[in-house]
Amino acid sequence: MKRTVPLVITFLTGTFLVISFFVPHAPFGELEQRLLVWYAIVAGFTMLLGVDSLIRAHARRVARTREGWAFSLALLAGLVATVVVGVIGRVQYGSPFHIQSPFMFIYTYAIVPLQATMFALLAFFIASASYRAFRARNWVATLLLVSAVIVMLGRIPIGAAISQFFPVAQEWIMDVPQLAAKRGIQIGAALGAVSMSLRIILGIERSYLS
Amino acid sequence: MSFPKCDMRAVALAAVLATGVLAIFGGDAFAQEDPLETGSGEIGGAPEAVGLGEFDETLLPTACNVTAEDLPDDGGGSIQVTWEPLEARGTDIGILAYEILRYAPGEEPSSLGEVPPTDTGYTDTEAEDGVPYQYVVRTKTPLGSTDSEPSEAAVATAQWVAMGRLSILIMAVLFCGAVLYYIRRARVGDELFVRKIPGLEAVDDAVGRATEMGRPVLFVPGIETVSEVGTLAALTILGHVAKRVARHGTPLDVPCADPIVMTTAQEIVKQAYTEIGRPDDYDPARVAYLTYDQFGYTAGVDGMMLRDRPEAVFLVGTFYAESLILAETGHSIGAIQIAGTKETSQLPFFVAACDYTLIGEELFAASSYLSREPVMLGSLKGQDLAKLWIVYFILLAFVVGTIGYIARPDGSSLLTKVFDVMHSWFG
Repeated sequence: MKRTVPLVITFLTGTFLVISFFVPHAPFGELEQRLLVWYAIVAGFTMLLGVDSLIRAHARRVARTREGWAFSLALLAGLVATVVVGVIGRVQYGSPFHIQSPFMFIYTYAIVPLQATMFALLAFFIASASYRAFRARNWVATLLLVSAVIVMLGRIPIGAAISQFFPVAQEWIMDVPQLAAKRGIQIGAALGAVSMSLRIILGIERSYLS
Repeated sequence: MSFPKCDMRAVALAAVLATGVLAIFGGDAFAQEDPLETGSGEIGGAPEAVGLGEFDETLLPTACNVTAEDLPDDGGGSIQVTWEPLEARGTDIGILAYEILRYAPGEEPSSLGEVPPTDTGYTDTEAEDGVPYQYVVRTKTPLGSTDSEPSEAAVATAQWVAMGRLSILIMAVLFCGAVLYYIRRARVGDELFVRKIPGLEAVDDAVGRATEMGRPVLFVPGIETVSEVGTLAALTILGHVAKRVARHGTPLDVPCADPIVMTTAQEIVKQAYTEIGRPDDYDPARVAYLTYDQFGYTAGVDGMMLRDRPEAVFLVGTFYAESLILAETGHSIGAIQIAGTKETSQLPFFVAACDYTLIGEELFAASSYLSREPVMLGSLKGQDLAKLWIVYFILLAFVVGTIGYIARPDGSSLLTKVFDVMHSWFG
């Protein structure tokens, strides 16, 4: 029973959603939007579970003064401070997202720079990954290296200054072999996704159920 | 969307005030200048306000060829309005916005709203089915507004079958038929061959190595929600990994970026430990929620990697810009890494930084492959058959299109027309 009910719900929901894709007339057409609203409501409540999980994990670490407990304390302090300034912003300006609210101050001067810092790390990681990927160990890796050099040179002004071959060649590489490979992967992935969805709807795939 | 409109209105208002002030205090120098000949759309103000005398409204930009028709493949209540912008002749008067007016029989015309000047279409989603509506597009400029000719009357209707999706329906029926056929064959006991997938063969090795080293396994299910099919695929793989981990008694960490994914992952891991007969070993705190924020989550997972030094890292699911940051951090700690995603833009990063990568369809095949259940493998076989059909179809379209073009390069041959039909149906 514990497994049968979810499987029946999955089958009915999946089947009705497939029907609603091909039958836009009421009542089928509105089904997807309705289910999205339900999903948003469920997601809102599960956020409480997420925050509960986060607080428990870090509070336990602080209480037991495990290694790195100070970071956990900083996280909990940040969480509480953000909620408090959000409430203050709501009371003072009508919305925490008001441009002058302290909540937006935290967002602009703490969260955005931190996000930018993490994103900026990507430049260094791309350099180290490229170094490994572009080593000419065999003919396939050499082909990759040559293609990459042509594409990189073709996309910057100095490439065109050296020779008009680079912009033309990079365009051909990106539009023909690269795009063909990409589409092949996308077709395979789309079929795989449909196949997996079919397995889930029909109850053949059950590993996601407890 | 409202900000640019407000800005443009503010600019227009400021321009009106500025021109008014200049007209009063600036003397003849400005009054003699015709704004329509300056070539600047920034000069605002109604002509009469700045004392320009006779004003030719036909010089203003306007919308033309306004069409209205029922929105196809919908549940009714919507009419699609389109128009073409007609620029002012010999001038450069900027358009502030288009306002859409609706005329219904026996009713006063009503304004449906405004769209930015870059738009050339609007969907009226408040139409009543069966009522004929006409539409007028009002072009708003700093120098005044012009109305288009009214469109032909259009009636909103609901469709029972989305004819525009008929090709998808046909392909879906064929594809599902192939999958179901092979599932049936698998059920009756047919032997089905499935090629080896190195990334999935390595799952046991990765977990075994972590066990030998006495270090944890880290499973990262991506940053998307559970409604994303890539995340679902990741969760199905998590079930298999959790069983292996539970069997060996190795710690398993699953940091989640979505609370629903966290709840689902907790249930999956708990079930795996229960099935193996070690329910007490399950620690829900190890399947934890970090944050929704993309780079906050990345920082959190990176921190876990550097502190806990997992021996095996699974990066499976939907990833975006954080993919390489995670994979490179995993590489730097010397962990064996198995990655998988359907995002083609992230696959090169995983290929470069991870030991094994599940490419696209392999991610979705993983659960069937790992379970080795004949019925699950049957669905993979059906998938392969559908791929073969697509390859044949592409080859057929290629041959038909090429021969058609060679026969008559002007595109008038029968084969070219057949190719066009194939392209429009399945392209």
